[in-house]
Amino acid sequence: MHNLYDNSIAGAAMIKLEKRPQPSQFWSLAAPIVAVMLTMIFGAALFAALGKPPIEALGKIFWEPLFGEFNFFYLPQLLIKGAPLVAIALGLSLGFKAGVWNIGAEGQYIIGALCGAGVALALYPMEARWLIFPAMLIAGAFGGFAWAMIPGLLRVKFGTNEILVSLMLVYVAEQLLASMALGLMKNPDGFGFPGSRNLSQYSSASSWIDQSNGMHWGVVIALIGVIFAYTLFAKHILGFQIKLAGQAPRAAAFSGVSPARLVLFCLGTSGALAGLAGLTEVAGPAGLVSIDFNVGYGFTAIIVAFLGRLHPVGILFAGALMALTYIGGDVAQSSLGLPGAAIQVFQGMLLFFLLGVDVLTNYRVSMKQGSVA
Amino acid sequence: MTEPLMKLRGLTKAYPGVIANSDVSFNISKGEVHALLGENGAGKSTLVKTIYGLVKPDSGTMTLDGIPFNPAEPRAARTAGITMVFQHFSLFEALDVAENVALGMENPPPMRDLAQRITDVSKTYGLPLDPTRIVGDLSAGERQRVEIIRCLLQDPKILIMDEPTSVLTPQEVEVLFETLRKLKAEGTAILYISHKLEEIRALCDQATVLRLGKVVGSCTPSETSAREMAELMVGGTLHVPNREAGVVGKTLMQIKGLSAQSPADFGTSLKNVTLDIRAGDVIGIGGVAGNGQDELLGALSGEIKVGHGQISFLGQDIGHLPPDARRALGICAAPEERMGHAAAPDMSLTENAALTARKLKGLTKNGFIDWGKTRTFAKEVIERFDVRTPGPGSAARSLSGGNLQKFVIGREILQNPQILIVNQPTWGVDASAAAVIRQALLDLAANGAGVIVISQDLDEIMEISDLFAALNVGRLSKPRPAKGLTIDEIGLMLGGAHDMEVSHVD
Repeated sequence: MHNLYDNSIAGAAMIKLEKRPQPSQFWSLAAPIVAVMLTMIFGAALFAALGKPPIEALGKIFWEPLFGEFNFFYLPQLLIKGAPLVAIALGLSLGFKAGVWNIGAEGQYIIGALCGAGVALALYPMEARWLIFPAMLIAGAFGGFAWAMIPGLLRVKFGTNEILVSLMLVYVAEQLLASMALGLMKNPDGFGFPGSRNLSQYSSASSWIDQSNGMHWGVVIALIGVIFAYTLFAKHILGFQIKLAGQAPRAAAFSGVSPARLVLFCLGTSGALAGLAGLTEVAGPAGLVSIDFNVGYGFTAIIVAFLGRLHPVGILFAGALMALTYIGGDVAQSSLGLPGAAIQVFQGMLLFFLLGVDVLTNYRVSMKQGSVA
Repeated sequence: MTEPLMKLRGLTKAYPGVIANSDVSFNISKGEVHALLGENGAGKSTLVKTIYGLVKPDSGTMTLDGIPFNPAEPRAARTAGITMVFQHFSLFEALDVAENVALGMENPPPMRDLAQRITDVSKTYGLPLDPTRIVGDLSAGERQRVEIIRCLLQDPKILIMDEPTSVLTPQEVEVLFETLRKLKAEGTAILYISHKLEEIRALCDQATVLRLGKVVGSCTPSETSAREMAELMVGGTLHVPNREAGVVGKTLMQIKGLSAQSPADFGTSLKNVTLDIRAGDVIGIGGVAGNGQDELLGALSGEIKVGHGQISFLGQDIGHLPPDARRALGICAAPEERMGHAAAPDMSLTENAALTARKLKGLTKNGFIDWGKTRTFAKEVIERFDVRTPGPGSAARSLSGGNLQKFVIGREILQNPQILIVNQPTWGVDASAAAVIRQALLDLAANGAGVIVISQDLDEIMEISDLFAALNVGRLSKPRPAKGLTIDEIGLMLGGAHDMEVSHVD
């Protein structure tokens, strides 16, 4: 008896992804760790390919700043670099959870810095810290908020894509920054050098709390932000609605979430946090408004937000880790002559592996004897 | 008896965690209408997908005309003479009938010949259909005819039909049955899946009953009562909800001249809907799918905002209120689509309880959620409505459709609303759980709530409603007492003049 209809061909073993009925608890915790380890392995290979000693390079990046001989210098740096990353990433994570993609935190960071610095420079040399510094904080937060409202209102009113608008506004903000640094905010006593007066030396405006330990108001804001965001998501209805809107927009509408208000809240909050980060940076570690004041925290914070799995505590750790790769990268650059681009590739790998491994939280890998018809 | 056309022997198919079919064996004879009975999840779909080549069984054999038959894909099954009309149509709305038919054929003839053949077949089998019409303009019944004609053009030996009448008006069902009887007389075997027992009794020669993947019995439907068949399916005695004659109270909600644009592209806008809902009323709203059911639920739940004065609750205009504010007043709703609309798939059942119940159950204080209280409420829903799940911490997507349905309906009922609007409350739920849900709806009304049940299951509506109204192209008929309505009257209300007109074309 012959088989008329069976024309299947036994296929080779195939790797298949099967959706898990429940997200895996284990992998949601293990994914970042595995991603960091994979980054180390492939980073080491990259460094080796560049002709640098791989283990030593990793040591310079991860070990030297924390436990090395000069850690008294590097540890404060960790706070200085980590704080803006954490503050901005926290704000971004709100929107990312709700499906609102603010890619322009860098611009909001710049505008926040300009607004806050503008208040201080306008009142210079008045001595009234009780008035000036709070006013700067408000202006900084408002500047970032307002800059983020542009993509927000455009999306709500006209349905534009907030990714494009917020990103484009970064370049507008950069031009505005250059114009300010060279024009309106230029230091009149600066002998023609570009850049504003030094705010960190203006006692009413400085955001430093303890400069030798790297402690400034930006660090405080980042930490308060972590607690605030944690409470929001763990306990508050608004955090629940943000998650709901991101995961199931129709269910969110059914529950009574207004999508427009959520978009504005997420963009506004992330803008305000980025603005505050910009302000505390310009009045502290950076010190003055200069053409190259922004160093890309607003973009790196996107990586930090995802590296921290959009969880406030995760973001705290991710911000610290990212700051470490920055500082360690500098160390490796100066002591081993590693090219700066290699450090950026290294950071890129981190995001790549994190998103890659993250698949395992919701899917399991199975080897299947597949049949191909 | 002659040799059966198709023999199934020991078909078994397991998926991770469930055995969909276990040792299923039966025969289908030439010219026989064979019913496949069973609750949702009994394994009917897996079985017909196996026959149609969509699923490969783990073990077991099939023979067709005495020759071993293992279709590797639907194309092989079609070549062998097996065709299938799915419950959900696979048609392109922008193309015309003939083009749609051609797309589903292995070797479509030239368009002109095809159009002629479609006209011929539609005349022969009494299925009026114009091959040049655009599918987007057709009613559900006409769309089904497109699918059937596509099958008939391939001279099938076996025609599989999955829940064919769920989208049809009673009059359209009659037309379909005439066609099927004609096919049967010509020797075509029909494998007919349905859970409408009266239909099966009227049409089918043989029935095979599946429960939990196994064949648990077979019967001759014309000689078996619907109740006996139902009990065979459920594997126990069936609890029929009892309706105490409730006292109808004051008017709770008034819908007056409600008109609303559908937010969906191919949706149906509501036109001048008027309805009074009194305390103690159970109002059944029937209608073929896509006649404005989703829109009506959206307008009442608050997802669709409506104009001033169109919906009022206890004299207060509520048309502009969002869903949350309406729930706070005691107006709850459960939409048809549970995954992603009534519930968030990736969230736990506890979180899904907070989705709608936070106002009436007092689950939040100053905006802060009391998760302990929410979990307790979720547990209560799970217990009262027999939701099969490890616990309230499980993600909604891990539940089967029927179980999630029980959770969603239970969540709304246990909030003790004053007005409850449900769309397809027992869709995909097994008979005993459906009885629990219907009883709970009746109890709610008996305690003075107004209940609107939107459903395509006429038996369900007739079983529990006091008043019956029909939705047709976004218009709601005048409600009439459900008691004493004949099936013909219901059919006319459902189809209206509109649909009757269409089925007389040609």
